[in-house]
Amino acid sequence: MKKIMASLMAILMVTAVFTGCGQSEGGEKATGAVELISGTVTTDGSTSMEKVIGFLSEAYMEENNEVKVTYNPTGSGSGIQAVLDGRCDIGLSSRDLKPEEAENLTGVVVAIDGIAVIVNPENPVNDLTVEQISSIYKGEVTNWSEVGGGDAPIVLIGREAASGTRDGFESVTGTEDLCKYTQELTSTGDVVQTVASNPNAIGYASLASVKDTVKVLSVENVVPTTASIQNGEYKIQRNFLFVTRKDVEMSPATRAFFNFTVSGEADEYITAAGAIPAIR
Amino acid sequence: MKRVTGFIENTMGIIFTVCGFLAVGFVVLITGFLVVSGLPAIGEIGIIQFLFGRVWASTASHPSYGILPFILTSVYGTAGAIVIGVPLGLLCAIFIAKITPKHVGIAVRGAVDLLGGIPSVVYGLVGMIVIVPFVRKTFNLPDGANLFSAIIVLAVMILPSVVSVSETAIRAVPKEYEEASLALGATKTETVFKVIVPAAKSGILTSIALGIGRSIGEAMAVMMVSGNVANMPSLFKSVRFLTTAVASEMSYSSGLQRKALFSVALVLFVFILIINLILNLVVKKERE
Repeated sequence: MKKIMASLMAILMVTAVFTGCGQSEGGEKATGAVELISGTVTTDGSTSMEKVIGFLSEAYMEENNEVKVTYNPTGSGSGIQAVLDGRCDIGLSSRDLKPEEAENLTGVVVAIDGIAVIVNPENPVNDLTVEQISSIYKGEVTNWSEVGGGDAPIVLIGREAASGTRDGFESVTGTEDLCKYTQELTSTGDVVQTVASNPNAIGYASLASVKDTVKVLSVENVVPTTASIQNGEYKIQRNFLFVTRKDVEMSPATRAFFNFTVSGEADEYITAAGAIPAIR
Repeated sequence: MKRVTGFIENTMGIIFTVCGFLAVGFVVLITGFLVVSGLPAIGEIGIIQFLFGRVWASTASHPSYGILPFILTSVYGTAGAIVIGVPLGLLCAIFIAKITPKHVGIAVRGAVDLLGGIPSVVYGLVGMIVIVPFVRKTFNLPDGANLFSAIIVLAVMILPSVVSVSETAIRAVPKEYEEASLALGATKTETVFKVIVPAAKSGILTSIALGIGRSIGEAMAVMMVSGNVANMPSLFKSVRFLTTAVASEMSYSSGLQRKALFSVALVLFVFILIINLILNLVVKKERE
């Protein structure tokens, strides 16, 4: 009896997995439609872009229910490789293309990830340089007095290892795998809450999710705002790119989705996903 | 009429059997799933390196998968919760069953039961907003999210199961024991600690087992108060438990990292099995 139950469950699970795969390929047959654009758009790449691509594809699919947008979270490098090999329609990258990659690929900035550095409102420090932030997180500077604050130990608040915000922060400040965190929290809300309740804490979070219970630091005298992030003056930011091949024409469905994401229409969804829309 | 009754009896018989085996089926399914998905990574990493490695850096460019910090944290955290929670719970149970008038006992019991119904995320939230800053200020630490805060939260979380099972055990002690002890001139306190508690031992041990089970399996609440950094455990250091190791990385993980998380879950599962086995043996021996 239990064997039967177990195998029934197993069959159920396996079928669920396979139907999931089947849909992404099955849709492509319908591309010939005259008026309605239909088909599947496969995207592959950066895990940091999960929220942005999720909001964009959901909004787009609501309007165009003949089109299915899929997302495979593999990482920027894998996404670029996948689009180069023709395994997906759009590669997602949270870093700029290298010169050798740019020979065959086009990268279009869809959104910008602005990461705010936050401290407790009681903290007298208002501004840090990228270098200071980097040495604070590497554990080389451990007291606030070394960077112009009071005599108190610095408490480093960060995100869990798999977080896109952590990946972005560490890659911009050059602290990958070197951070000496005091706390690794699993959500932006927890980071803001913890920094708000501990006068010695420093943390980072996407600009859009920062509340006024904490103080946002300016970095090298630039206050992070939508404008200062868009014109590149604020340093702790990185681009979210859509990568496509130069030599292959996009399918109508891919083209339509692509056009949607770079149009002003997409701005509200990008903002909702916690990123800053790029200047068109 | 008789045939209809017979038919109903037979059908119900089958339904009961199916439901009975369904529960067993789920246990078998989960065990099988954990073993099948947890073993490959242990093989790949090496069992010694996995269980006794001191460094967990799953997303580093040279990843390292040692879970000794998680194992020790879970063990210390649970032990701490038991050391604080069991005496508190036991004294509370004695209060309800023996000391206080009946209607007060009912009210206290109701409050304790209510405590058991609070979702763990609420414990975590209160811990994060009240206990973490309190620990930071009281012990003059740079940060209050550490093993100690987690132990306090866990100790409160195990109270309801310790209180209710111990109370039942204490009430089950025959009235004559107590009366005989009092008649011989023992004080109330002496009677409680020298007669009633020893007589209720097996029930109290069961309540400890439940407490251990609850605290070693808790993820959400400790994730919010323990700081969640994979340090070797120390009372005032940020730590990560076996449960939170799985919970915090599972959503994004891939490849060997994901497989290693299944292995962590397998280790946790084996731990709970061992603890249950030992306590079952102890309780059985006590009864004999």
